[in-house]
This record gives sequence, structure tokens and C-alpha cells, in this order.
Amino acid sequence: MSTDLNLVPTGGPLTKNSSWRERFGGLGGNARQYGIFAALVVIILLFQGMTGGRLLYPDNVAALINQNAYVMVLAIGMVMVIIAGHIDLSVGSVVATIGGVTAISIHDWGLSWWLAVLLALVLGAVVGAWQGFWIAYVGIPAFIVTLAGMLIFRGLALAIVSQSIPVLDPTFNGIMANSLPNFLGRLGDADILTLVIGALLILTTIWAQMRSRSALRDHNLAVEAVGVFVAKIVLAALGIGVVTWLLSRSTGGTPIALAICAVLIVAYTFIMGRTVFGRHIYAIGGNRQAARLSGVSTRSVDFWIFVNIGVLAGLTGVIVTSRLGTALAAAGNGFELDAIAACFIGGAAVTGGIGRISGAIVGALIMGVLNQGLSIMGVDPSWTQVIKGLVLLLAVAYDLVSKRRAGTQ
Amino acid sequence: MENKTIPRDHILEMRGITKRFPGVIALDDVNLVVERGEIHAICGENGAGKSTLMNVLSGVYPHGTYEGEIVYDGRPVEFRGIRDSERIGIVIIHQELALSPYLSIAENIFLGNEQKNGIVIDWNATNVRAAELLERVGLDERPETRIADIGVGKQQLVEIAKALSREVRLLILDEPTAALNDEDSAHLLRLLKELRSQGITSIIISHKLNELLSVADTITVVRDGHTIETLDSHGAEPITDERLIRGMVGRPMDHRFPEHTPHIGEEVLRVEDWTVHHPIDQARKVVDGASITVRRGEIVGLAGLMGAGRTEFAMSLFGRTYGVDVSGRVYKDGQEIHLMSVGAAISHGIAYATEDRKRYGLNLIDTVQRNISAAALRKLSKRGVVDANAESTVAEQYRREMAIKTPTVSALAGKLSGGNQQKVVLSKWIYAEPDVLILDEPTRGIDVGAKYEIYVIIQRLADMGKGVIFISSELPELIGTCDRIYTFSQGRVTGEVAKADATQELLMTYMTMDKDVTVR
Repeated sequence: MSTDLNLVPTGGPLTKNSSWRERFGGLGGNARQYGIFAALVVIILLFQGMTGGRLLYPDNVAALINQNAYVMVLAIGMVMVIIAGHIDLSVGSVVATIGGVTAISIHDWGLSWWLAVLLALVLGAVVGAWQGFWIAYVGIPAFIVTLAGMLIFRGLALAIVSQSIPVLDPTFNGIMANSLPNFLGRLGDADILTLVIGALLILTTIWAQMRSRSALRDHNLAVEAVGVFVAKIVLAALGIGVVTWLLSRSTGGTPIALAICAVLIVAYTFIMGRTVFGRHIYAIGGNRQAARLSGVSTRSVDFWIFVNIGVLAGLTGVIVTSRLGTALAAAGNGFELDAIAACFIGGAAVTGGIGRISGAIVGALIMGVLNQGLSIMGVDPSWTQVIKGLVLLLAVAYDLVSKRRAGTQ
Repeated sequence: MENKTIPRDHILEMRGITKRFPGVIALDDVNLVVERGEIHAICGENGAGKSTLMNVLSGVYPHGTYEGEIVYDGRPVEFRGIRDSERIGIVIIHQELALSPYLSIAENIFLGNEQKNGIVIDWNATNVRAAELLERVGLDERPETRIADIGVGKQQLVEIAKALSREVRLLILDEPTAALNDEDSAHLLRLLKELRSQGITSIIISHKLNELLSVADTITVVRDGHTIETLDSHGAEPITDERLIRGMVGRPMDHRFPEHTPHIGEEVLRVEDWTVHHPIDQARKVVDGASITVRRGEIVGLAGLMGAGRTEFAMSLFGRTYGVDVSGRVYKDGQEIHLMSVGAAISHGIAYATEDRKRYGLNLIDTVQRNISAAALRKLSKRGVVDANAESTVAEQYRREMAIKTPTVSALAGKLSGGNQQKVVLSKWIYAEPDVLILDEPTRGIDVGAKYEIYVIIQRLADMGKGVIFISSELPELIGTCDRIYTFSQGRVTGEVAKADATQELLMTYMTMDKDVTVR
């Protein structure tokens, strides 16, 4: 970059207008995000009360995570698809097909557990490439391609898995059944490894927040008021602390599923926030034409988004098969809808261009807590569906109304 | 010749019409008188206020949003919307036709005015009446034919048939022949004369002066929101196109232009025999054998009226983002290059800043910073990871140097004013460090102060050794800033004028030149 453009000599320093709105501009942009976290906390407390404290029994917390890992993994892929302005209806069927192949590869072909996992991921990539090809290079709307995929892969699953296929590999089944080995022992009834991980997470969070704040400040960008900032850190630390404490007192400690999700969340948050690929996803979702005219290869971005969600669907196939210890043709039924709902509850825009990994994860947790809480209370599963549907509808309605009021829509 | 003893009968009088938009007066005390049974033409430059005037007349801008009075058939009228004006026989046909492509001709003609028995559509009556109307407008198609299956020229006739079905008495056509070939244009103009003999009054807006002169009884010239003059083509002195051009231009050289001494170097871009076909109407040449050259340090203007093909020329050049069946040769620094994609164009050092910044230029729901870096993320990233700190530094630098008025660079681009959005678009492309920068209407819709700043930016870019192609509809602006100006008319380059020779009259003469005449 040439050092001194100074294109407009008349452009002196701007008068800093520090109205309330501008001061809190940073909060304004994140208000929706905080709202989601607040909603999650409220829902947790509500069910904690209604279930007489049973929702947050340590083993119930671990179970909640294990049972909802699939939504979180799929929601990560789905939110990227939705930000780019597409949709993927096929993931549930893909999960079933790949779960079936994985079970067969262990049961019939005698593959070792890690080869089976690798196979699942590769197959996921192939499925994603297949759908990405039609969407990106032929130009068929993703809704149609993945609707076709929903039928095709459900059909394939039914063909492959005529009856349930048991998986007897203990390591493979342990992916979902086990926790991280508690080689540090226990302190009273608390798993030390979990406590250590929790403490490290809290420290990393504080460090990362301070760093990003000082970077913003260095570049003369709006930062949140000190009070908001401190409150945010305290609340985050408190949240992590509570979950850590609860998990450390569960039977196993930190579930492996949680570790997998945590790694994915960190990695994908980085991809969406800091890489060129992530930037291009937001750019084509926000204005596809402008992105194309800025030199973004929209087709290749579309293609890789679908390859990515294919891989994550493959991973979900592993998760589901491992958790059930068997492959079923009906596995993954309705998963696509859970993932899509998680994204929209988490603040993704129906029109594309807006959404976050963290939002999708919180959306997934809200759905998970609803499921778990209602099931502990003994509510009929049919009513659980009704309630989940209403929550989705209200979340998006709230989003639209608040945007309209802010005058951005 | 009409019988002059009959007192003049005005079907329409618009008196003292003033229409303001935020920051702009689009129409300033405009008066327009239209005789019953005449063809009244309105001509003027892009942005002179012709379309605004017609939108006021047809109720697109309802009563109360403008000042002044409309008298129709001797009675003052106040329209709340387009339906009100249609009810009393005023129909406007816009340049972009408002037909539903997958419905039949007959269905389109009676859309919103269905022929029915009770609540059931009477298909017999629909098709029979449609066939009658099609015969009246001279369109030889079956009423059941889908709109998508007929050409633009025929679609235009369907619009007129639709107007006739609503008992039109004052027909307004906005640039009706802009997208038509010669044959279809001739047919349309004949039809207008025929309708005149049936007592239908027409107002026609057009850039094609020869057309106006051949068909109009009266011509009103509009410039900068004022009616300049109304000429009677049956008067003693015949109207010539020079006469019209004199009225149309003469826009005052009101805003200042920064002083600038060009430092012109070697040729940086040469385009030869560039031809582009319309993406839908593929037989039509939108750009027809255009050739231009640009040298380093030079600001080259492209002048032309609406539909002349300047934007299409630029976009087809910029990685084939417009048109089909593109042919021609492009040389960069003397080497032939092939620009098959935007990526290729950018890596060959060519940038195009669009005229439609909201649609093609910006991601309005993302931040100023990310918009500025969008075309050159490669420069800001290592192994695919964006250096957010460097990005902020760059964005902040451009905010300061381009004087982009925004609270911070993390504000959303959609929240900025037009002039500041334009500066964001320019920043994006300047940061991509192109050798040739194509700026398409960079001052459209922004205030005078911001315009001046944009001129300064353009000159600085030229002084940095870049070739600048400046597309504008404002002739004073081109004359004030460009070193050389090409004129486009109907897809062709019709003239090349050096700064010293450039006058608004000369440019307009070339810009309205018919395609069979080419002056070099």
C-alpha cells in the first residue's frame, strides 16, 4: 500500500460525535446476541424451577450435551449454509445413510473404529460435493437439490440398512458413551480434569475478550462501555463455572461429545470471523451481486459450503450411530429441521448475510433444554413439538419486529 | 393543417409543478400544456426531470407530495395513486414493461380488469376482446400466446392494447423505443399517429430526436427541472435537431471543478471492436463495435444518453458481468488480455465501480471496514486468515483520507449517506490498486460538496498514473474533469472529443446521432 494517499486534503479530522447511540453502537450490534444468551438462561431457570431442580442434576447436564451434540454439529454447518443464502434439507437423510455405511464397515468389513470414522467423513465430503455441484455449478436452487437429496439419501439408507445393524466396537461406541479419562482423579466428588478445563476456558475467555477490546481501541473503533464489558466477562465466567462445576460432579466428568463440539465451535468461529473463506460467505449472503463484482468466486464458495456441511453430516452419522450402538434406516429423521430451527432461533437472517456460530449453538441448546426439561416433566412428545414450533416462530417474529423498529428493514 | 379558428382545447394543463426530494429539487415550477388529440413530445437530458413529471401526472407521486395544480379536461384533479389517474383515462407505460411473463397476452391485457361473469372469468370474452385490441394495435399474435414468447417490440404493443382496453384518452410513453429495433420503432410510431386519428392524445418521452421530429406535433424541452420551451412543429419555422439540442444542453457549468494539469503517459488500455449482445433479446447489439483507448494519467469520459450502452460496455469488459456473445479485443500495456471473470479483470489491474452502489456495489448489512477490504482481501490475509488489525488500519486510513463521514469503520454501510457510500465503493477499488479504474456515474445522487471531493479523488488517481474511465450523464462534469471524451449512441462510439474542443452542444450532437452516421 502506498504510504500516503491523502486523496482529499480537505478531509480534516472528523468531529467526534459521541451521542448515546454511537457510544453504545457496539452493544447495539450485539444486542440480539445477548438477548439469545439471556433467553437461554431464562429457559434454563424456568425448567429448573418446574422440574424441581432435576434439570440441572449433574448427570442430566451430561446427558443433555450428549443428546444434543448432533444438533450443535449440524447447526454449525447449517448456519454457514443459511448465511450464504441457501438451505440444506438433506442432512437428516445423509446422517442415516452414512451412519448405515459406518455400521456396515465395522460390522461386516471389520474396519477399525478410526478407519470407519474417516470413511464417514470422506463419504460426507463426497455427498456434499455432489449437492454442491448441482447448486453451485448447475445453478439449481439449494432448496430443490437438497429436497432431492433428502429423498435420495433416505432411500439409500433404507436400502442399505434393511434391519438395524449393531455396532459392537467398544471404542466406537465409547465416542458418545464415555467421557474424557479422568487421569487427574477426583477432588471430593468433583472430577479434577473437568475443573482444570473449566478454569482454562475461563482464563482464555477473559484474555481473548480483553485482547479484542484493546485491538478495537487501538483502531479507534467503538467499544462497549466498561460496565457492559465487565458484566459480560463476569457472566461468561459464571456460566462456564456453573457448567464446569455441574459436569465435574457427573458420573463421567467431561463427555467426549462436549469436547468434540467445543473444538468445532472454536474452529468454526475462527473460520467465520477471521478467514477469507468466512468473509466470502458473509459477502455473498449480504449481496451476491456485489460480492461477484468484487471478485469473489461465488460458485466455489457455494460448493465448499456444501462440502463442509456434508462432512459435518458425516460426523453426525458417527455420533448418532455411536450413541445408539446400532444403525437404523430411520436415524436422523427430522434432524435438518432441528438444525435449521437452531440457526433461526440463534438469530440467522432468512435472507442471508447475518448469523453466527455462537448463535446457532445457543439456538441448539435452547431446543435441547426445551426437549430435556419437557421430557423430565413428563410432557407428551407431541406437545414438545408444538412448543418447539412456537418458540421458533416467536424468535423469528421478535427478530423481524425489532429490526423493523430499528429501521434497518 | 388544423383549423385554427376552433379555440384551442387543452386536455391537460400542469401548472407550477414543483417536486422536491431530500436535498434536490427535481421539478421547479414546471408548466406543461397538452392539446387534445396531439402527440406531445418531451425531451431533455438524463435527470432533467422528464420521468418525474410524468410520475406526478400519473399519480405515482400522489397529490400532496408536490406543489402545483393539474387540470385535466378542464377540471382540477388530485390523484392519490395510479388507479385514480387510470380511472379517468390517463395511462403511463414505463420503460420497464409491467407485464407478467408467464401469463398470456389476453390475461395480461385484462390483468386487474378481468372480463367475468359474476366471479368466474369469461375466457371467451377475454380472448375475443383481446383479439380485437391486438388488431387495433397491429399485433399479429394469438391472444393465448405467453408474453415470454414474444419480443420486446410486441410486448410494447401489448402494453398499448392494455391501455386501450381501459379506454385510455391520454397515453404516456416513457422511452418507448429505447429497447426496440428500427422496424418495431417505426411500427410503434405509426401506431401513435393512428391512435391520434382516433382521438387519443399521447405524450412521448424520447432521446431519439429524429423520431420526435417525425412524429410529434409539439415538443417541450425540459432541463434541470424547468420547462425551457415548447415548440410547435407545425409553426412557420421548422424545428431542427440543432434547435432541440440547444434547448436541452446549456446546463450551467455551476459547480466548480478542481484545477488539474494532466500528466499523460503511455497507453494502458485499448479496447477494439467491442460488441455485446443483450442477455435476453440476444439478436440485439447493446454495444456495437466500440473501440477506445486510455493512457496512464488520463481521465477519459464516456458520454451518452440512457440506453447508449456505456454501462453495458464497461460491465462486459469487467469480466463479462453483462451480456452474451461478447466479442472484441482488449490490450493492457500493449499485451492482449482475456478477461473472462471478475477475478481475472482484477488481477489484470482493472476495476469497475458500479453506478448502482446499493445493488452491485456494497454489502449494506456489513460494516464499512469489510466493504472496503472486499475486493482485496488477498492483500490482507496470509494463508487464508485475515489480519483483522491490518484491515482496521487500512479502513481507518481510507476513512480519514477519503473523508468518509461515519462514526466508526465498524458502522454498517447501509447507514451511510449516498456520497459516503460512494466513497466506500471508491475506497474498495482504490485499495485493490488497479491500473485502470472505470467509474460509472460516481456522482449520481450525491450532493455538490461530495461531488467536488469525488472529482479531486479522480484527479489524484490519474496523477498516480492510473487510467480513469469516467462514465457520466452530466455533460458539464465530463467537460470539467476529463482530458478526452468519447460519445456513445445506440451502442456505438459516435465521437471522440478532446478537452479543448468539448462543448455541451457538440457532445449532444454526437450523443443523439443515429447509428448509420459515424463521425470520427
